[in-house]
Amino acid sequence: MTAENLTTVPHVDRPPPLPARWTQARILGTTLLCLWAAAGLGLIYFLVRSWNPDLLHRYAPNYLSGLWVTIQLVVISIIIGALLSIPIACGRMSKNRIWSGLAYGYVYFFRGTPLLAQTFLVYYGLGSFRHQLDAIGLWTFFRDAWYCALFAFSLNTAAYQAEILRGAIESVGKGQWEAAKALGLSRIQALRKIILPQALIVALRPYGNEIILMIKGSAIVAIITVYDLMGETRRAYSRTFDFQTYIWAAIIYLAIVEALRNIVDWIERRITRHLQR
Amino acid sequence: MGISRRIVLALSATALAMSMGAASAQDATKLKIGTEGAYPPFNNLNASGELEGFDIDIAKALCEEMNAECEFVTQEWDGIIPALQAGKFDAIIASMSITEERAQQVDFTDPYYTNSLTFIAPKESDFDPSAADGKVIGVQQGTIAAAFVEENYPNADLNAYPSQLEAWADLSNGRVDAVLADFGVQYGWVQSDDGQCCEFKGDPVDSNDRIAIAVRKGETELAEKFNTAIAAIRENGKYAEINKKYFPFDIFGE
Repeated sequence: MTAENLTTVPHVDRPPPLPARWTQARILGTTLLCLWAAAGLGLIYFLVRSWNPDLLHRYAPNYLSGLWVTIQLVVISIIIGALLSIPIACGRMSKNRIWSGLAYGYVYFFRGTPLLAQTFLVYYGLGSFRHQLDAIGLWTFFRDAWYCALFAFSLNTAAYQAEILRGAIESVGKGQWEAAKALGLSRIQALRKIILPQALIVALRPYGNEIILMIKGSAIVAIITVYDLMGETRRAYSRTFDFQTYIWAAIIYLAIVEALRNIVDWIERRITRHLQR
Repeated sequence: MGISRRIVLALSATALAMSMGAASAQDATKLKIGTEGAYPPFNNLNASGELEGFDIDIAKALCEEMNAECEFVTQEWDGIIPALQAGKFDAIIASMSITEERAQQVDFTDPYYTNSLTFIAPKESDFDPSAADGKVIGVQQGTIAAAFVEENYPNADLNAYPSQLEAWADLSNGRVDAVLADFGVQYGWVQSDDGQCCEFKGDPVDSNDRIAIAVRKGETELAEKFNTAIAAIRENGKYAEINKKYFPFDIFGE
C-alpha cells in the first residue's frame, strides 16, 4: 500500500531559478575578478617575456636545494613543536598554579614577540655566550645556524600548537566528560577515546593554518645565513639584480601553500564524513 | 566673495612660492646619494644616527666641487642597485667595486679608490687562505667577496650575511673561521675595540679591484661631472686630507 502511495505522489517541479540580475554588488565583483585575471595574465606575460634559460639553468638546482631545506626545517620543527605542545597544553589546563603559570608565561612570550626577534635572540644572543655554552657542550649545536633556526622555530610553534590543542579540547562539551565518567571510563580513556577524536576535528583547520604560517615564516632564516628557499633567492638576486628571482620564490611558496590547503581540505572531508547529512 | 578672493590670493601666493623654489633649484643641482650606512669606516651611522666615513666625506667633497646640494639616503646593500634604477637616488657612493655583473645594470665613474680582498681570522687561528677547504668563511651577501668565495673556494662553507657587521659578530663568537672582505673595511675593524680578537691572514687574495660611483645607465653627463670632481679633489689636496683622516696609507692606489 505504501508503495502504491509513493508511486501516486504527483511529480512536483521545483520553481525555476530566479534570473541572476546585474546588481551593484555583482558588477563590482565581476570587475574585481576581471582585475585579478588581468593581473594574473600580466604576470604570466611577464614571465614568458623575461624567460631566461640561462638563469634557470644556473639557479634552478639552488632553488631546489633551498626548497628542500625549507621543507626539512618546517616539517621537523612542526613535529618537535607538536611533541612540546602536549605538556604545555596540559599545563595551560592544569589546576596547579605553578604549572599553569609556567605554561601561560611560555605561551605569552612566544606568541607576543616576533619570530624574527626570537630567531635573532637564539642566533646572535646565544652566540655571545659562546664560552659558557662551550663549557656545557652545547656550542656545537648552537654554532650551526640551521640548528639555531630549528630551535627557535620549534619553541615558537610549540606555543601556538599548545593553544590550538587547549582550545580544541575545551571546545568539547563538559557533558562528554561526564558521560564518559558515568560509563566508568578513566580520565585518560575518556580523553583518548571520546574527547580527542572530537577535539582534533576542531583543531584541524588551525593546525593547517599554523603549518602555512610556519612555511612563510621560515623565510626569515635567510638572514641568519641558512640557504633555504628565500636564502637561495636572495643569493640569486644579489648576482643577477633580476627581480623575477623573487617572483619564482613567491610562486613556489604559493604552490606549497596551495597543496597544503588541498590536503587539509581532503582530511577534513574524510574525518567529518559522519557529520555530513 | 570675500572667500573666493582669499582663495585666489592663496593660490597666487603658492604659485609664486613654487616658482621661486624652482628658480633656486636651478642654482644648485640637487642630488640624492645612496649609501649603505653599515660599512665602517667607509659609510656608517654614528651614535647620534648621522652618516660618517670615508665614502661620506668623499661624497660631500665631490658635491661641494660640483656645486650640488646633496642628500644621503641609506639603503640595504642587496637592494641598492635596484633602488638606484628605481630612482630612489641618483648615485651610489658606497664603496662599490666595479664588476661585470654590476656594469650590465649601472654605469660606473672613474674609480675613487682601489681595493683588495683580504682574509681576517682570530689571532690564535692557523687559518691559511691557500688551505681553506672545509672552513667556514663569512662574507657579506652580494659583495665581490661572496662571489670570490663561491668561485674560488667551492669546498669551503660559505656563510653570507645581510651586512658586514653580522659577519664580524659571528667571527668574534667563532661561528665562522675567517671573514673575507675589502681590505679597508677589515682594516678599520681589526683596529677597533671589537676587532682586537683578529688579524689579517695571508696576502690579499684578489688585489685588482677598483671602487667607483654608480649612476643609472646612460647618465653619462652626471658620471662626467663626478669624474671632473674626482680629478679636482685629487688635485687640490682635499682627497689626501680625507685619506689621512681614515687611513695611514694611500688608498687611491697606482
